[in-house]
Amino acid sequence: MAEERVVGIDLGTTNSLVAFMGTDGKPQVIPGEDGSNLVPSLVALDTKSQIIVGNPARKYLIETPERAVYSIKRLMGRGVEDIREELKLFPFRLAEDLQPGEVLRIKLADKDYTPPEISAFILRQLKRNAERYFGAPVKKAVITVPAYFNDAQRQATKDAGRIAGLEVLRLVNEPTAAALAYGLDQQHAGVAAVYDLGGGTFDISILRLHEGIFEVIATNGDTHLGGDDIDNLLITIALDDIRGDMGLDCRRTAEVVQAIRKAVIDAKIALSSYQETIIEVDLPGRKKYQREITRQQFEKLMEPILQRTVGPVKQAMKDAGLTPEQINEVALVGGSTRIPRVRQMVRDLFKREPHSELNPDEVVALGAAVQADILGGGSEATKDMLLLDVTPLSLGIEALGGVVAKIIHRNSTIPASATEHFTTGVEGQTNVAIHVLQGERELAKDNRSLARFDLKGIPPMPAGLPRIEVRFLIDANGILHVSAREQRSGKEAEISVQPSYGLTDEQVENMILESFDYAEEDFRQRQVIEARNEASTILTALEKGKRNPAWRQLTSDERKQIAKQEKALRAVVDENDHHAVRSAIDALNQGTMRLAELMMDSAVGSALKGKTMEEVNVGEGPEAPHPIAPAEIK
Amino acid sequence: MSVTNKPEAALQMFDEGAVTHACWSCGDMRAAHFCQSCGKLQPALPTDYFTFFGLPRKLNVDVAALENEFYKLSRKLHPDLYARAAGQERQWSLEKSSQLNDAYRTLRDPIARTGYLLKIEGVQLEEQSKAATDKARQTGEEKKQVIPPELLEEVFELNMQLEEARINKKMGERDPELLREMEGTRNDLQAKHDALMDELHGYWNEWDALPEDADESLRKPVRDKMVGLLNRRSYIRNLVRDVNEVLEA
Repeated sequence: MAEERVVGIDLGTTNSLVAFMGTDGKPQVIPGEDGSNLVPSLVALDTKSQIIVGNPARKYLIETPERAVYSIKRLMGRGVEDIREELKLFPFRLAEDLQPGEVLRIKLADKDYTPPEISAFILRQLKRNAERYFGAPVKKAVITVPAYFNDAQRQATKDAGRIAGLEVLRLVNEPTAAALAYGLDQQHAGVAAVYDLGGGTFDISILRLHEGIFEVIATNGDTHLGGDDIDNLLITIALDDIRGDMGLDCRRTAEVVQAIRKAVIDAKIALSSYQETIIEVDLPGRKKYQREITRQQFEKLMEPILQRTVGPVKQAMKDAGLTPEQINEVALVGGSTRIPRVRQMVRDLFKREPHSELNPDEVVALGAAVQADILGGGSEATKDMLLLDVTPLSLGIEALGGVVAKIIHRNSTIPASATEHFTTGVEGQTNVAIHVLQGERELAKDNRSLARFDLKGIPPMPAGLPRIEVRFLIDANGILHVSAREQRSGKEAEISVQPSYGLTDEQVENMILESFDYAEEDFRQRQVIEARNEASTILTALEKGKRNPAWRQLTSDERKQIAKQEKALRAVVDENDHHAVRSAIDALNQGTMRLAELMMDSAVGSALKGKTMEEVNVGEGPEAPHPIAPAEIK
Repeated sequence: MSVTNKPEAALQMFDEGAVTHACWSCGDMRAAHFCQSCGKLQPALPTDYFTFFGLPRKLNVDVAALENEFYKLSRKLHPDLYARAAGQERQWSLEKSSQLNDAYRTLRDPIARTGYLLKIEGVQLEEQSKAATDKARQTGEEKKQVIPPELLEEVFELNMQLEEARINKKMGERDPELLREMEGTRNDLQAKHDALMDELHGYWNEWDALPEDADESLRKPVRDKMVGLLNRRSYIRNLVRDVNEVLEA
């Protein structure tokens, strides 16, 4: 079991968790080094270009917001065109040279990263936490995604796993995972609904439970709706107050916005327990913003957001062909369901008291651990359990006139497939373009474009004669696979794909390689290598310096001292201790300072003897990072 | 999304004719999904949905039994059970469970089941209408749908009502009288739709009563009746949808 350890990961908008199935048949969350079960989904880049994840990254968010990023999940699998609204509310800083259609890149200080890379940093932290806990490597994982995630968002999540060095055995929908966690110890039968309102996403899933089979019959949601949106409303009010009452425009001051964000989140949480609270923020110039807010005001404010969950709930029930009375159980998932008004609304919608026995922050990770156990071969606790999930969105292809012909309908159990036939419209035509879309709208332009294919190498035939069979298959992760062939010639049609959003395999591979730079162990290794390289540069320069006339201008004591320092450096250079190498380098640098100066003088001297500055090439000298660099001058 | 055109990764569905009756693993005789001898999962072969479930091509289906069989096969074919298997078996499990899901989804629904049977009997219901739609678009003409004669009068009146209701909506007006009339028409149509289902069951019985080796001259009339009925049904359903759109707005 130890060598095949599969963990379950909840990669959340606000918090991420890793869990596993204990030998007692109960899933449990693995705490981080700080003892906390939750790793905030926060990534920062420190001044030494080291990546910081989770709670330690908080201070960067407050002090140097340009070095930190949060809620990256909102950008997974999205293009620059569809995040305009997001950018108004979130301090994402996009790379300046971004091209339309390119995968987004987010700036952290002076570096930029794609959303899958940033998510990979979080995953890597969770992987490390699990490895520390087990004392063994962890290479396989189940990762949860919002049920309503589309193909591109799912693929981006899978890519993030790969970049983090994890084999992603399955992407599981978050509400379904929660149902698994709830269904584990209680033998439920009947129909259950899961209402999952998290930090950035909303899902509703309706499942039929039947002798250990968890069959999703309908799902719906909004991948951009959650607690973040409530926070943003409060932040906007605070910023308006501060501008109106105090004459301070802080909208562009990232530090202040982050301080306000922290204060409103505290207030939001307090209002779940108290009838009123105070939002309090320290402002620049020793000013202080204070505002009292009652639960009633708060509820009125968030009502429009809450109402946005009603449509998806009703649609899911309609798709399932069920009325609220036919639903036996309702479970609440996601941190935002702690808000009393949310609970009240769910109670009203389903006309029953919802379950919330399991911690709404942890239940998804626990369910992921259950699924991880099933995929890892199962145990006594999970041997009868099987999850049958659905695709949340219809899959279609663009037909003439820009309308969509649906080929796999939403809420179809996955894996699901469809075979379509295409032909040519012009005599001798050798390629056919296919546009694949996901969504429910009638017109192609209103749906999510997944990819454009070009079926190439069709043998020239009269129009309408070629018969190209294209097979679309949605796997158990909800990810689409396409293959094609021309049937009359029996030739495999060549497909060239233009994924609308997303990384190519090659890009992911490169990121996997690059990501090794950030692994703790590899980081140390890199520092050793860098120190060695530097040592070898300085030693080579010293050899050259000894042949320079300046060498003889040194006193014999100075030469002895340098020889001693050189010996000391050579003694440690092959050790794996970069600190020792560095201090030996520093000592030798110090000792050869005068040699460098003398060489510099002689170089300048030779210039005075009639050579031009260009020929002497001292340009590098003063700029060089190393004092002995002028020795390079020949 | 991933795309492939590599022959080895291409789906088995394409390898028509490559039917083997020996288990790939032990060489013994294989059953439809698993080897009878060693129990190993077998490759996904092209098969129609009825055959996949071991059912005859008949339209009266015991849906409860079908559901049981679906759950039973799901427990054996689902990719979750092959997460640790070799790549080939994993691929077969993926293909087989997609066949299973596609087959169950189609056969449990009376209309989808009827349409599917007609399709594998050589009637291209869907493609006919798609081709007509495409042609109409190319020529810039409105697609001419054949109005079922018994609905002619009702459709004519309903279209006028719909037009009026849409104009009212544009002007921000509301004509309760008109809306009530439309609701009446809608209910009337819904009743016609439900009656069609009874009619369909009659055709199912006719079809199922045909001997397996029945001559084409016996099969065609039943098929034609079902095609006509499905067309009428989809026409009525579209009308109901149009009315509901106006009423719900």
